[in-house]
Amino acid sequence: MLQDKDRIFTNLYGLHSPDLKAAKMRGAWDGTKFLLEKGRDWIIDEMKKSGLRGRGGAGFPTGMKWSFMPKQSDGRPSYLVVNADESEPGTCKDREIMRHDPHLLIEGCLIASFAMNANAAYIYIRGEYITEKHALQRAIDEAYEAKLIGKDNIHGYPLDLYLHHGAGAYICGEETALLESLEGKKGMPRLKPPFPANMGLYGCPTTVNNVESIAVAGEILRRGASWFSSIGRPNNVGTKLFCVSGHVNKPCNVEEAMGITFRELIDTHCGGIRGGWDNLLAVIPGGSSVPCVPADQIMDAYMDFDTLRGLRSGLGTAAVIVMDKSTDIVRAITRISYFYKHESCGQCTPCREGTGWMWRVLTRMAEGRAQKREIDMLLEVSTQIEGHTICALGDAAAWPVQGLIRHFRHEIEKRIDDYAANPHSEPVMMAAE
Amino acid sequence: MAVRKLAPEEIQPKSFKFSPENEAFADQQIAKYPPGRQASAVIPLLWRAQEQAGGWLPQKAIEAVAAKLDMPDIRVMEVATFYTMFNLEPVGKYFIQFCGTTPCQLRGAGDIKKVLERRVGEQNHVTADGNFSWLEVECLGACCNAPMVQINDDYYEDLTVENFEKLLDDLAAGRPVKKGPQNGRRASEPQDAIKTLTDPSLYDGSRIGAWRKRFEEEAVKPADTATEKKS
Repeated sequence: MLQDKDRIFTNLYGLHSPDLKAAKMRGAWDGTKFLLEKGRDWIIDEMKKSGLRGRGGAGFPTGMKWSFMPKQSDGRPSYLVVNADESEPGTCKDREIMRHDPHLLIEGCLIASFAMNANAAYIYIRGEYITEKHALQRAIDEAYEAKLIGKDNIHGYPLDLYLHHGAGAYICGEETALLESLEGKKGMPRLKPPFPANMGLYGCPTTVNNVESIAVAGEILRRGASWFSSIGRPNNVGTKLFCVSGHVNKPCNVEEAMGITFRELIDTHCGGIRGGWDNLLAVIPGGSSVPCVPADQIMDAYMDFDTLRGLRSGLGTAAVIVMDKSTDIVRAITRISYFYKHESCGQCTPCREGTGWMWRVLTRMAEGRAQKREIDMLLEVSTQIEGHTICALGDAAAWPVQGLIRHFRHEIEKRIDDYAANPHSEPVMMAAE
Repeated sequence: MAVRKLAPEEIQPKSFKFSPENEAFADQQIAKYPPGRQASAVIPLLWRAQEQAGGWLPQKAIEAVAAKLDMPDIRVMEVATFYTMFNLEPVGKYFIQFCGTTPCQLRGAGDIKKVLERRVGEQNHVTADGNFSWLEVECLGACCNAPMVQINDDYYEDLTVENFEKLLDDLAAGRPVKKGPQNGRRASEPQDAIKTLTDPSLYDGSRIGAWRKRFEEEAVKPADTATEKKS
C-alpha cells in the first residue's frame, strides 16, 4: 500500500476543511514562488522527467504536452484550459479534487500557466457539478483575495483564472469539443490538425489538461521528479486516483501507486469482491470506453497503462467498474452502448448511426432475439465505426462491444439458443392433466 | 443523439425579460471572456434564463439570450437543444435526474427507477401537484456512491429503495432533507473502513517546507557555483 506521506490528495474524503488556511497546512501553495523562480524550462523539464502521463484517459505525457506550446508569442495570447468535464461512466475523482482539495488545482493552474506563458486559464466544469462549481469558485475567490492569483499577485506572474460550466454533454470532455463549447457553440469536435497547441481556444495556442494532471503538478515540482517516478512501474509511474465502483463491498475513491495489482487494490481498500473472489465475473478497468477484462485475466494484473493495454483494454481514467457473477454482462454493455448513442454529437455518420444501431442489436441480443451470424456482423460494424470518426467517441463506443464479443460470445450464443428453444417471455401454459 | 424540440406553442410564454439581478450576472459573465467573444457566455446565460423561467427554457428566453449576446437566434437555439441539461419543457418543482448508466445499474438503479415509475409516473411528466418530474440521464459522475439521483442542484447518493422513498416523502412534505450520501458516508470514502490518510503529520503543518531540503542539498553539491536562492 502506498504510504500516507506519499499521497498528494490529502483531503480526498473531505474529512478536513477545503479552505485556504487548511490547504496551506497540508502543504498547498508552499513555496510556489520559489518554484516559479526556477524558470519555465526547469518546470517543463521536471514534469517531463517525472514521467507523469495525462490522467484524463489517453495517458499522453503531460510535460511533453506543455512543451508543445510556443516559447515566443506571435502576438496571440496563450491559454490553459482545464478539463473538468468529468463524465466518463465510472469516473468520479475530479469531483473530489474540486470540492475537497481545490487549492491544489488552483496552484497547479498557476504553475502550468506560467510554464506555458498563459495569462488566462479556464476551468471547464460539467454542468451537473453544481455544488462542486460553488466550492471551486469559493476557492478561486479565496486565492484572488489572498493575492495568490490575479493581475497583481505575490508570485509576480499575472494569471486570471475563470470557471466556466457546461450543461450536460459527455462529448465536451473531448478537448476540441470542449473548446467549441467554451466558445459558445455546440460541443462538436474539430478536426486535428491544427492541434490546440497551435490553434485552440479563440484560435490561440491552448493546452487542455485533466484536473488531476494539473493538480499534481505542484507536489511533483516540490518533491522532485525522482520522487514521483520512483513510485509505480517503469513508464507507468506516480500515484493515481482510482475510482472503484460496482460489485465490491466498499466502493470508494483512493489514491494508490500506479501498477498496484487489481487484487491488492480491491482487498486493501474496497473490502473485497462482493461474494468473494470466486464470484468475480469481469472488470472494466478504465471507465466505460475500454473493453472489459474477464476475471481470470484481471485478478493479478497490474493496474497501469501498459499492462492493461497488453490485456487489450486500458487504464483510461482508472475508473474500475467491477462486475460479479450476478451481473447480466450483455445488459451491462448494452447500457453502455445506450450511453454512447445518447452522447454522440451527431457530426460523423459512422458514430451517429452506428451507436444507435449497435444499441438496438445488443438490446435484442440481451434477450436472445437475434441470429448467431449477427454477432460477427456486430463485430464487423464496430470496426467500421472505430477509427472512422473525427474524435474518439466512435472508438469508445466500439471498444466495449468488441470486448463483450471477445470474452463473452458464449454468453450471447447461449441467450440466442435459449430464446430459440422457448421464444416466449412467459412460460407456455400447459393444460393440467 | 437525442431528439430535442421546443415545447409546443400553447405553453410558450409570450415574453421573457431578464431580471435586473440576472442582467448584472450576464454582464459579469461576459466580462470573463475577451472582447468580441461574448458568445462564450451563452451557457451560463441560458442557465440563468432557465432558473428564472422556473426550470425550463421557453423560446422567448432563448431569444432574450441571443439578443443579450448579440448572436443570431438560431445559434443559441442550437446550443439550447444540444445540451441536455436545458429543459425545453416544464419540469416539477423537484426535478429528479436519475442516473441509469452501468455503474449505477450494477448497484441497483433499476429498483430506484421502479420507485420513480410508481410514485412519479412516466419520464418527463409532471405530477398533478406540480411537485415532481423525473428523467433518466447518463452518468452523473458519482459512481463510488451509486446509485444516485440529482434533484435540482444537489446529489443524493447511496440510495436504497427505503431511503429513497423516505427522501421523496420528506421533499413532498416540505421537510428538510440531507444532501449527499443517504447512508451516513461523508463522501466517497470506503464506509467505516478508511485505511488511508490517517497519518496526523499530513495535517499538522509539518509538510510545509520539508521538501526544500532537496534543493538545499542540490545547491550545496556543486559547491563552486552554488548561489543562495531566496525563496
